Amino acid sequence: MRTLSDLKINEKGTISGFTDDTLAVKLMEMGCLPGTEVSVALVAPLGDPLAISVAGYQLSLRKEEALSITIEG
Amino acid sequence: MADKKGTRVALIGNPNSGKTTLFNLLTGLKQKTGNFPGVTVDKKSGSCKLPGGSVEIVDLPGTYSIYPKTLDEQIVQEVLLDHTHPQHPDKVIVVADASNLKRNLLLFTQIRDLGLPVILVLNMIDIADKRQLKIDLRTLGIDLGVKIVTTNSHSGEGIDSLKKAISQSQVKSKRAFYEVEPLASEAIGEISERFGLQNNYTAFQYAQQSDHLKFLDEEEKETIRRTKAKHGFDHNHTQSEETIGRYKLISEIIDRNVSSPAVGPASLTSKIDRIVTHKVLGYVIFFGLLMLIFQSIFAWAEWPMDLIENSFASATSWFKEVLPEGVLNDLVTDGIISGLAGVLVFIPQIAILFAFISLLEESGYMSRAVFLMDKLMRAVGLNGKSVVPLISGLACAIPAIMATRSIDSWKDRLITIFVTPFMSCSARLPVYTILIGLVVPQEYVFGIFNLQGLVLMGLYLLGFLAAILSAFAMKFILKTKQRGYFVMELPSYKLPQWKNVLLTIYEKSKTFTLEAGKVIIAISIILWVLASYGTGEKFSNAEDNVKASLAKDYTQEEYDLALSSYKLEHSFAGAFGKTIEPVIRPLGYDWKIGIALITSFAAREVFVGTMSTIYSIGADDDEEATIRERLRQEKNPETGEPVYTQAVGFSLMVFYAFAMQCMSTLAIVYRETKGWRWPMIQMAYMTAVAYLSALVTFQIFS
Repeated sequence: MRTLSDLKINEKGTISGFTDDTLAVKLMEMGCLPGTEVSVALVAPLGDPLAISVAGYQLSLRKEEALSITIEG
Repeated sequence: MADKKGTRVALIGNPNSGKTTLFNLLTGLKQKTGNFPGVTVDKKSGSCKLPGGSVEIVDLPGTYSIYPKTLDEQIVQEVLLDHTHPQHPDKVIVVADASNLKRNLLLFTQIRDLGLPVILVLNMIDIADKRQLKIDLRTLGIDLGVKIVTTNSHSGEGIDSLKKAISQSQVKSKRAFYEVEPLASEAIGEISERFGLQNNYTAFQYAQQSDHLKFLDEEEKETIRRTKAKHGFDHNHTQSEETIGRYKLISEIIDRNVSSPAVGPASLTSKIDRIVTHKVLGYVIFFGLLMLIFQSIFAWAEWPMDLIENSFASATSWFKEVLPEGVLNDLVTDGIISGLAGVLVFIPQIAILFAFISLLEESGYMSRAVFLMDKLMRAVGLNGKSVVPLISGLACAIPAIMATRSIDSWKDRLITIFVTPFMSCSARLPVYTILIGLVVPQEYVFGIFNLQGLVLMGLYLLGFLAAILSAFAMKFILKTKQRGYFVMELPSYKLPQWKNVLLTIYEKSKTFTLEAGKVIIAISIILWVLASYGTGEKFSNAEDNVKASLAKDYTQEEYDLALSSYKLEHSFAGAFGKTIEPVIRPLGYDWKIGIALITSFAAREVFVGTMSTIYSIGADDDEEATIRERLRQEKNPETGEPVYTQAVGFSLMVFYAFAMQCMSTLAIVYRETKGWRWPMIQMAYMTAVAYLSALVTFQIFS
């Protein structure tokens, strides 16, 4: 299954679900809902964390957190 | 209808929504900062003049939803849910970023459903215009069921309409925006009945957050736990259902009322981001900014610090003249005024540091620094968000430790609190300056590097390394079940607002003065007692003994200096110094240094003043140079060798680099960790590190 951390920079994908329930509610509050289109906007120089464009703004999260977001398309 | 006197209006909104700027516009400079009762979250409130009388405006910490993730956010929920809370508002203004409506409206719909009268402010409307977002305010207001006001907090546009809206009365909406009842009808029903709640969403929040609500007692929490267990209430599940449900409604409403252009060109923010998070440039810019801050603190703080010191010196001599000689005179001048001077002299450095920090935060750069440093910091057990406290620690550990509240993982926060006092704060500087001048020759290395400057830099580096290594060790020692998250908004870049920067400087300086001030002044008075009183024949006959020891034709000044030095030696402090001499002997220190170690226990910078008293140096002289000269001449009475060798000098520098020696920091750590356990461990650990390193340093250099 593809996750958000598999996306290349500027590549788009649509959130299909989460693998971590506790983190999921926090991500959803921030606008990362299933069905939302996201793209990777920035990757920090050491490969972690990354910043995604979602719901019209930029959100940064760690790679392990991106791994818990599954992507379709 | 005009508001009755005593109306309280709470300002709530997402971080970066311009809420604080709006608060400053509404209240002007008529603000008070204080604490929320029982917790250590800064409370900002101010009064706002309206046609029908003034209202109190309370600025609540920024939050993305009513579900708190940090300590600061917790207060929002407490204030809103607890109707008996002294800060419980009569009316709420929800500030939303108009250019980012969807996410901002989540919090709004939650607040609205608590049944409080609400005004929705669409702030930063200028940015929304620039992005060509067309918002139909009339229909949006109808769909959300709320009075909407648009503002531009940069220009102040819309503030008058907002004030007008505040003075009007708002009807509470009868129907919830999103009805939570179907999610847990039995639990909501039972809790509503038990606590007499009228509002379903409030009851739902009791169930969601029961364990964290401070206003409920243990028995009430237990009742809620039982209710939840009985009805299989799974808070994660219900919260996701609620969030998804709310966003679904919000999306529909936004689609109906807001139209946005297809896709704009790459924004300025993303262009800047490409540079400041660049592999090489990103770090060059970050460390360049650090150097700039560091240089400015030293370059600009010097003259205001001199000014403060000189005015206090004049105040001291004035009081010495005016007050009748005696205990009261000494208490006021040597105890209280010198304590006050010791606090206020650091304000210039703290003000400059926080000017920079606030500029970086206001502009949006700080979150990029956090983004850039997170991986590196995590390798040593810290967190990207530890960057701000560690930098602040270079000025003063007190505001630095308070800045750790933004770290939501308890373990990361505790480690940051624990290691921050290792960063060389401004109180260490006078100690370093005197010792470096004493034992490091004024020479140049390779013709360009000033050797004294290099040693000073080395000491700062030493503190930083101690912080990093200690954090690394604690990463393995501390066990925690709680997980840390790093989900953080990267806000668009903005021009900083000077008013906000100035207010931040003012607030931080005030916090420092009050927090550090009360401890330092209290301790100064205690130390003054210890250093001015003693027991035994030698202390009570000090005058005669000193007269006997001096050569025949001594001047009054020589006599006074000799007397105070003699008195200090035979005072309680002197006795302590002699008692600890065997312990500090291996570090190369004698009992005189012992006295200075004890008197500077509460605040490091006292070291310099004590040294000048011990060695009978008059206050009028150019202190630093005189003390240094006097120390250089000091001989060991047994061996005849100089006491202040390079070995002793370096050993002392290392000791002061690592030792806790700051009561105010301990008091803040006590407050922030809610107990004596951590400050005690911290003090024991830092003293041990200081002692051992000073021992090793002394052995190497001698």
